[in-house]
Amino acid sequence: MNIHEYQAKQVFLKHGIPVPPGGEVAGTAAEAEAIAAKIGGPVVVKAQVHSGGRGKAGGVKLAKTAAEAKEKAEAILQLHIQGLPVRKVLVAPALDIAHEYYLGIVLDRQMGLPAIMISREGGVEIEEVARTKPEALHKLHFDPARGLRPYEARQLAAKAEPDGKVAGKIARVIEKLAKTYASVDASLAEINPLIQTPDGDILALDAKINLDDNALYRHPDLEAMRDPDTETDSERVARDMGLTFIKLDGSIGCVVNGAGLAMATMDLVKHFGGDPANFLDIGGSSNPDKVVTAIRIITEDPNVKAILFNIFGGITRCDDVARGLVEGVKQTGVKLPIVIRLVGTNEKEGREILASASGLHPAETMDDAVKKVVELAGAGA
Amino acid sequence: MSILIDEKTKVVVQGITGRDGSFHTKAMKDYGTNVVAGVTPGKGGQSIHDIPIYDLVSEAVEATGANTAVIYVPPPFAADAVLEAAHAGVKLVVAITEGIPVMDMIPIMPELKEMGVRLLGPNCPGLISPGKSKVGILPGEIHKPGPVGVVSRSGTLTYEMVYQLTRNGIGQSTCIGIGGDPIIGTRFIDTLELYEKDPETKAVVMIGEIGGNAEEEAARFVQEKMTKPVVGFIAGRTAPPGKRMGHAGAIISGGKGTADEKTAALEAAGIKVARIPSEVGGLIKEALGL
Repeated sequence: MNIHEYQAKQVFLKHGIPVPPGGEVAGTAAEAEAIAAKIGGPVVVKAQVHSGGRGKAGGVKLAKTAAEAKEKAEAILQLHIQGLPVRKVLVAPALDIAHEYYLGIVLDRQMGLPAIMISREGGVEIEEVARTKPEALHKLHFDPARGLRPYEARQLAAKAEPDGKVAGKIARVIEKLAKTYASVDASLAEINPLIQTPDGDILALDAKINLDDNALYRHPDLEAMRDPDTETDSERVARDMGLTFIKLDGSIGCVVNGAGLAMATMDLVKHFGGDPANFLDIGGSSNPDKVVTAIRIITEDPNVKAILFNIFGGITRCDDVARGLVEGVKQTGVKLPIVIRLVGTNEKEGREILASASGLHPAETMDDAVKKVVELAGAGA
Repeated sequence: MSILIDEKTKVVVQGITGRDGSFHTKAMKDYGTNVVAGVTPGKGGQSIHDIPIYDLVSEAVEATGANTAVIYVPPPFAADAVLEAAHAGVKLVVAITEGIPVMDMIPIMPELKEMGVRLLGPNCPGLISPGKSKVGILPGEIHKPGPVGVVSRSGTLTYEMVYQLTRNGIGQSTCIGIGGDPIIGTRFIDTLELYEKDPETKAVVMIGEIGGNAEEEAARFVQEKMTKPVVGFIAGRTAPPGKRMGHAGAIISGGKGTADEKTAALEAAGIKVARIPSEVGGLIKEALGL
């Protein structure tokens, strides 16, 4: 799960990482104006949306007065950035910047440890720095159970800042960010840029935290930060039901068990000239209700012209999927063509259940099933 | 021969009385796996499917000589269960559990390494040496003994590939699901090393997916260390960036970990990569000279 910049800054403050003071979040232009008036000076108005490239998309604007802040907020709140609507803006004091650094922590899968990365080249895309100027990016792994040692933080800070006094302040931020990363079960914690003010203060001008979904059960306070606007209604319904659903733009609804097979099915749809409307993994358990929900979610998408079931029964039983399919068709009254391929556990029983249903197109292999659904989706378009 | 498990494998099931644990214990036993003990704290002294239950893994190992543990316990307790098994003296721990926090896994990895205990998973379907033993949740009946090793980050996609191989008359030495999480105990390269040494394995199918760089790492290993042919497949060509595709580890982040990148790395290492799953059977036949 991702949280917004203003939420990540709340988490930072709680852990003692300094952020620009007085920033508040607004849902309307009038609120933004009031916050700017309270701050009383130039402010920056920033779109709160889960996507990179906010600046380039016009989602970050400077305003000299409260009236101007209102105007900018008005415009930003109408934006869609990478398809996501902007519902909130952060209004924060605009600061003078003496220098911009990059500081981030990500999981290094190969090492099995988080890696702290710091660079004197901040405020730009760090992937770009890593590619073009790798020597400017300094890296250190740490064991979150043991924690990062203060001297390690000081050594790292010294690589990005020659002035010992300023480096000391950066070291404290590094230490605190490492603690934050471990204590909130983050998969990414990033400050880009971390700034030095003309007075030599160090502040997190931006904040990004991604959380490990598997650990959210022990962080109800962070779970409560979930922004309902970042997932579609369908994605939310799916998640509540234990399905993994990701909406795409194509016309072929896919219902598959298992993440790898679901990806491979989407790829095959594309390979044979179709376009998948979604990624949907019904998971391992045999629950007909999940299948009913899956059909409901898919048929709510007006782009869908045909539906493909690709089920390889292991823990998932084909007869349960078949029962869910028949029930789902009945409940939704779906008229779209449905291609179904069932293999594995209780395959025979599954096929018997489906034989009684009409409008279904059975297929033997994955290739046949996908070719057939692509053809049917084309015919219905 | 086969790798990691065979007729001599003696299995203790942790979380044997849970819904999944109980169901798959029966399936393993029906397949012929030597399941010698189960563990559920507080249920010691009882039995299930004629298998004795113990409170502690150490008691189970002492009483039965179990050398392999399989874990079906819920995510909040699973990392601890892995350590319990390791300290009880088993040499292979197979963690089926999906949804273990990464921060729980990080600290136990060095400890396992120090003890010389191999972890498979977590979030994996387990492994099978057809005709000998299966540990985990893979459907036994689609497999057949033979010369091909299959290793994958996915469950059902592996079944799909195995099903094809079997229908093409090609059997398998050992099929392994290494798991879909970012932190896993056994990586592609670990299994490739074992397949390379195993006299029965003549070729390997490696099924990767988007996210991370385990496939690139494996490609380097194949190029430098392997004499046996490897056929690859990468799932997630059409996956949008930044979205977690079901598996916690299956995500393209910062433009890295794409299917195209991985396919290119595999091909550069001389690995034949199937564009679609149904090509795998043909490529393996070719590799085996059939």
